[in-house]
Amino acid sequence: MVSPTSPTSPTSPASTASTASTASTASTASTVSTATGGTPVGPGQGRSRTALALTDCWTMTRRELAHWARQPVQVLVGLAFPVMLMLMFNYLIGGGKGITGDYAEFLVPGMFALTMVFGLDATMVAVTTDLNKGVVDRFRSMPMANGAVLVGRSAADMLQSFVSLIVMMGVGLAIGWRWHGSLAEVAGAVGLLMLLRFAMLWLGIHLAMIAGKPELVTAVQILVWPVGFLSNAFTVPENMPGWLGAAVEWNPMSAAATAVRELFGNDPGVVGTSWAAEHAALLAVLWPVVLVGVFLPLAVRRFGGLSR
Amino acid sequence: MTDAIIVEGVRKRYGEKRALDGLDLVAAAGTVHAVLGPNGAGKTTAVRIMATLLRADEGRVEIAGCDARRQAGEVRRRIGLLGQHAAVDEELSGRQNLEMFGRLHHLGARRAGTRADELLTRFGLADTGRKAVKQYSGGMRRRLDLAASLITEPRVLFLDEPTTGLDPRGRAEVWESVRSLVGGGTTVLLTTQYLEEADQLADRVSLVDRGRVIAEGTTDDLKARLGGDRIDVVVRDGAQLVRAGRLLPGAGGTADEVTVDADRRLASAPVADRMEALTRVVRALQEEGIEAEDIAVRRPTLDEVFLRLTGRTEDDRDRVKEGV
Repeated sequence: MVSPTSPTSPTSPASTASTASTASTASTASTVSTATGGTPVGPGQGRSRTALALTDCWTMTRRELAHWARQPVQVLVGLAFPVMLMLMFNYLIGGGKGITGDYAEFLVPGMFALTMVFGLDATMVAVTTDLNKGVVDRFRSMPMANGAVLVGRSAADMLQSFVSLIVMMGVGLAIGWRWHGSLAEVAGAVGLLMLLRFAMLWLGIHLAMIAGKPELVTAVQILVWPVGFLSNAFTVPENMPGWLGAAVEWNPMSAAATAVRELFGNDPGVVGTSWAAEHAALLAVLWPVVLVGVFLPLAVRRFGGLSR
Repeated sequence: MTDAIIVEGVRKRYGEKRALDGLDLVAAAGTVHAVLGPNGAGKTTAVRIMATLLRADEGRVEIAGCDARRQAGEVRRRIGLLGQHAAVDEELSGRQNLEMFGRLHHLGARRAGTRADELLTRFGLADTGRKAVKQYSGGMRRRLDLAASLITEPRVLFLDEPTTGLDPRGRAEVWESVRSLVGGGTTVLLTTQYLEEADQLADRVSLVDRGRVIAEGTTDDLKARLGGDRIDVVVRDGAQLVRAGRLLPGAGGTADEVTVDADRRLASAPVADRMEALTRVVRALQEEGIEAEDIAVRRPTLDEVFLRLTGRTEDDRDRVKEGV
């Protein structure tokens, strides 16, 4: 199906778009000229694939940001929720047994880690909503970069979590938490937390695509709680039955919390003597890297695999 | 004239279920082609394969001169798709949606903006362009969806059951939009369960059942297949319906081809000579003392063609035979 000659083909790619609705004769002409196939049509020609892919990613990120602008209340609730949890635990529930010094010093970094893990929930809801709305079908029927949808999601979620983390740090400072480490150590702590969030992001995208329906997301939303609480965010594992304490020490979230406490120079409480407890910093890097290594390719494959 | 859509021997299987079982379809450029069939006939699967959202197990699909499997990217530049569910972002405004889709078609920022405004005006959404889509009515949403499919004036436009779930007004709005498109040289492939819709919009119709095309032609061709005109008799007293049905074969049809619809108190049969049949039926009804509410001679509807070709008239026919 190669066209022999088409009178307007040199200009047709641009004219397809620009003349589209201005004059019916012009649009007919461009339609005819391209109807025989051959050269690619459509705008954006002449720019490299990478440039176009980056544009697509940016467009998709902006879409998420536009959602925020349209739903300021939801954004505020999303930011307030972990803050509320933190205040509740600090003032109302208090699991400070076995912790020397100020409980806020122990709790606040744990809450940072918990916030990152709870981000899983937000990611899943957003991905499932998209998949069920048919918007993704439109994206997939367009000449856009395949991964841009996921990159947009990822960029927006990471940004949201970063903002959330800054807010949490502000409130943490207000309730008596301090960092005692160097600025580099603080940056390292923030980096570790964002790495954990990044792992939760891809786990979330993958789970959302497996679950498919919003109803099943609810199940994961509920399961996030025990996983979050089976950690050392609120109390030291020494306060738990032995077997539970051991499980808690292996929780990726515990590793992150312990590592972050050390980087901030906060009292990590009574640290256990298991391998996991002694190598918290290593695990805090290793866990997310492994999770991303497994779930990023799976999620991307699954997204591409929608066509099978 | 070139063919904008060529589908040859396409098969698609989901486990044991054969969604498409050797589908063939050709649509000339600049025409409206309807794919008509009941739920589960494979219409949506066919559209998704043509629009590169699904891969066929077997067969060839060529859209606007590009192979849907090997040149999916090229196909995507040339098509617009209106799926069964509104494929727009509900949280964003209509304008934000169109602008976003324009950017994803790689229009420049300014061009995407002006194109969005053009389309909003064209589809009567200019006033509501800044409202969130979730506040739109069903018909407005569908029009926005259609506008989004037309950002770069596609050469082939797929409409998958474009009016399902719309009220009559929304349906009329969509029909009008589709008609206005065809003038511009776009090839439209639409799927529908509504025979009326195919009748209203399509140049040619493919009747699809169980994943394959069972008949293809213009709507007139298909109606002609049922053997010309029919006579319809609506009786006042439902109890007399079977007796009325028995009179109809005398009007030129055979007992086999009489159908009765108890709900509508309607008996219907094919006729050879319109006027002769009409006179004879009127007289016969009078002689039998059957009061008719309405008598009409007409072309067969696509419904009847469809039922006949899919062999789903069995029940109706059995009812008549038992009655007679």
